[in-house]
Amino acid sequence: MTTLTEPRAAQPVERGLLGRVADRLGGGAVQVVLVLVAVFWLVPTLGLLVVSLRGEAQNNASGWWTLFTKPAEITFQNYSSLLAAGFSSSFWNTVLITVPATVLVIGIAAMAAYAFAWIEFPGRDAVFLVVIALLVVPVQIALIPIAKLYGFFGIFGSIAGVVLFHVAFGLPFAIFLLRNFFVGIPRELLEAARMDGAQEWRIFATVVFPLAKPAIASLGIFQFLWVWNDLLVALVFADTENQPMTKALQSQMRQFGTNVDILAPGAFLSLIIPLVLFFGFQRYFVQGLLAGSVK
Amino acid sequence: MTERLDGPQAPGGDIPAAGATSGPIETRSAPAPAARVDSSTPHRLGPSPRMAALFLLPAVLLLAAWVVYPIIYSIFRSLYDSVGDRFVGLGNYGSIFTDSATLTTIRNNVIWVVVAPLIVTVLGLIFAVLTERIRWATAFKLILFMPMAVSLLAAGVIFRLVYEQDPDKGVANAVITVVHDTFSSSAGYPGARPRENDQAPAAVQNGAVVTKQQVQDGQPVLIPLVGLPPDVVKDAAPAKAAPAGGVSGTVWLDVVRGGGGTLNQIDPQERGLAGITVEAVSGGVVKGTTETTADGSFHFTGLPAGSYVVRLPQSNFQAPFNGITWLGPGLITPAIIGAYIWVWAGFAMVLIAAGLSAIPRDALEAARIDGATEWQVFRRITVPLLSPVLLVVFVTMVINVLKVFDLVFIIAPGSVQPQANVIALEMWRVSFGGGGNQGMGSALAIFLLVLVLPFMIFNIRRFRRDER
Repeated sequence: MTTLTEPRAAQPVERGLLGRVADRLGGGAVQVVLVLVAVFWLVPTLGLLVVSLRGEAQNNASGWWTLFTKPAEITFQNYSSLLAAGFSSSFWNTVLITVPATVLVIGIAAMAAYAFAWIEFPGRDAVFLVVIALLVVPVQIALIPIAKLYGFFGIFGSIAGVVLFHVAFGLPFAIFLLRNFFVGIPRELLEAARMDGAQEWRIFATVVFPLAKPAIASLGIFQFLWVWNDLLVALVFADTENQPMTKALQSQMRQFGTNVDILAPGAFLSLIIPLVLFFGFQRYFVQGLLAGSVK
Repeated sequence: MTERLDGPQAPGGDIPAAGATSGPIETRSAPAPAARVDSSTPHRLGPSPRMAALFLLPAVLLLAAWVVYPIIYSIFRSLYDSVGDRFVGLGNYGSIFTDSATLTTIRNNVIWVVVAPLIVTVLGLIFAVLTERIRWATAFKLILFMPMAVSLLAAGVIFRLVYEQDPDKGVANAVITVVHDTFSSSAGYPGARPRENDQAPAAVQNGAVVTKQQVQDGQPVLIPLVGLPPDVVKDAAPAKAAPAGGVSGTVWLDVVRGGGGTLNQIDPQERGLAGITVEAVSGGVVKGTTETTADGSFHFTGLPAGSYVVRLPQSNFQAPFNGITWLGPGLITPAIIGAYIWVWAGFAMVLIAAGLSAIPRDALEAARIDGATEWQVFRRITVPLLSPVLLVVFVTMVINVLKVFDLVFIIAPGSVQPQANVIALEMWRVSFGGGGNQGMGSALAIFLLVLVLPFMIFNIRRFRRDER
C-alpha cells in the first residue's frame, strides 16, 4: 500500500565518476532547496502557534519570531480567556456536528455501495453514473433551496440541519469510494455466504463491512475533516447557539487586528484535532486521496 | 469460482485497498475491473432487486432531497426576482455579465483557474521528483501535506498573520524588508535636511542635498543636517572630520542633545550619519558615488581631478522600505492564491509521487545508461508517463478552484473584498451575507454548476473507460 512512509527505492546502477560527482552536488542542492521549502511550509503555522502564546501587548510591539530570544514571554492567557468567553461551547458544537455526520455517511454510503457492488438490479450502472455526476456539484446550489426547506420544517439553525446537509453532500464521494472497494472483495466470499443461506443484511454486516475497514477508515477521516473544517454550511445553516468553531471564529474576523488574541488560539485549537487525526491516520488519508481525487 | 481478482492480493487474506494500491492511475477509481459483476451471467444465487432498493433507499432519499431537488429548484428560482414574486426570465443571468461587481468576480475566477491549478500541479511534480532523492522524504511529505488537514478558516487566519503590513508583525514583509535592505543602500533618514540659512554649506535641490560651493581638492567638506530626532542616531558613532586628500567630507547631525555646540562645526557629542549615498557631480553628471562610513565621513577614490559639487541624492531621505501591501486591492488575489498553493501543493505532490512510484524503474535506468541527462529523462519519460496523474491533479484543482470560498472570505479584509471577490463568495454574499437577493444567488449557483459541468462529464468518461 502506498503511504507516506513507504521507503523509496534507492537509485543504484553504475554511473560514471562524473555522473556520481554531479549526483553528489545535485543532491546537495536538492537538499538545500527542499529544506527551504519545508521551512517555508512550516513557518506560517508556527507563527500562528507563537502568536497564540504571546500576550496582546507583545504581539503589538514586536514580531512573533522575537519570542525565540525571550521565551519567558510564553503565556496561556489567550487560551484561558478564550475558554472563559465560551469558546468551548462552539468546540462541542463542532463535535456534535462532525461525529454524527461522519457515522451516518459511513453507514448510509456503505449500504448503497454494497447494492452497487454486489446486488444486481436494473439500471444499476446508470444510477451509479448519476452518483459520479453528483461528485462535483457545488454546495452553493443547495444553500437557498435547503434553507427554504429547513425553514418550512422548522429545523433551520439546528445542529440536525447542518448534519443532514453534510451527510447528503458527503454521500457521492463516500458511495464512490466504498463501491470501488467493495467490488474488489473476492466474489467467492460472498457466494459462500449466500450458499449458506445467509441473509443479505448478515453478509453486509459480517462479511463485507469488516473486510472494508481500510476503506471505511479512509472515508471516515475524509468526511471527518471535511465536516470539522467546514465554514460555509455552518455559516448558512447554524444559528449562533449551535455554531461550530469555524463560524464562531469567522464572526471575529471583522476586527482582525484587535481580535488576534482570540483568533490565533481559536484557530489553533480548531486545528489540533484534525492534525492529531492526520498524523495518526495519514496512511488512510493518503489512500482515500488516491481513491477519489475528484471532489 | 470462475472470476478472480486480478488486483494484487496481500498475504494473509488481506483485501487490497480500493484504488489505494500503488497501481497506475487508471486503476485507481476502479482497482479491480475484472471483479465487476457481469450482468450477462445467468441467474445465480443472489438477492432480488427489491433488496437493492432497501439498501439504496436512505442514500437515494438524501441525495434526491438535498442535492437533486435543489438543482431543479435553483434553475426555476434563478428566473425570478430577488423576493421571488416576479418572473424575470434570464434577467439575473444578464446582470451577472453586465454588473461590474460580478464581472470582477468572474475576472478573479479566471485568474484563479489559469494560475492556481497550474502552479499547484507543477510544484507538486517538482517536489515529487525531488523527494525521490532525499532520505527524509517522509518528513518532507508530512510537512507539505499537513495544511490539507487544517481548515481553510485556520489557513486564512494563518495567512492574515503572514501578510500583516507591519514588518514587525508580518513574517512575509519581515523577510522581504531584510532582503531589500541587504541589497539596497538606502539608509533611510526621512526628514533629515540642511539648515535653511546663508551660512549653511548645503541646500536642498529637487529633494537632494547639494553643497553650495565647489569642493576643493584636499579640503574636506562639511554637510551638517538637522531635522532628525536625536533618538534616531543615539547609537551612532560620533561624527569625525574626514582626513584631507581627494574629495572627502562628513555628513552628520549637527545637533547636540540638550542644546549647545557650534553651528556647522563638528562637536564631540554630535553623531555621524552612516550609510548615506554621496555623489560627486561635475557639470550635472555624476562622476563618482560613495557611501558614508559609521562616523559619517566619506571619501571618493579614483575621481579624476576637477571641481565637483557633492550631492546626497533624494533616496537618502525617503521613508525606509516598509514591505509590500499584500492585502491591498492590487495584490490581494495573488496573495490569496499564495495561501491556496500552501494548502494544496502537498496534495498534488502525494498524488504525483504515488504515480511516480508506479513508473517502471527499468525505463528510467535504461535511458540513463544510454546517456540521457536527468533533464531528458524527466522531460521525455517521467512526464509523459505521469501525464494521466498530472491531468487528474490538474482537473481536481480546477474544480476546487472554481468553488474557492473560505480563503477569499477570510484573508481579504472587508474593504478589499470587492476586489478579491469570487463567484462562490458572491453567491453567499448576495443571498445570505446582506444581499438578500435569492434570484441572483440562484443564478450564480447555477452559473457555478454550469462551470463544473465539463468536469462532471470528464469524471463520467474516466470512470466508464476505467470500468472497461
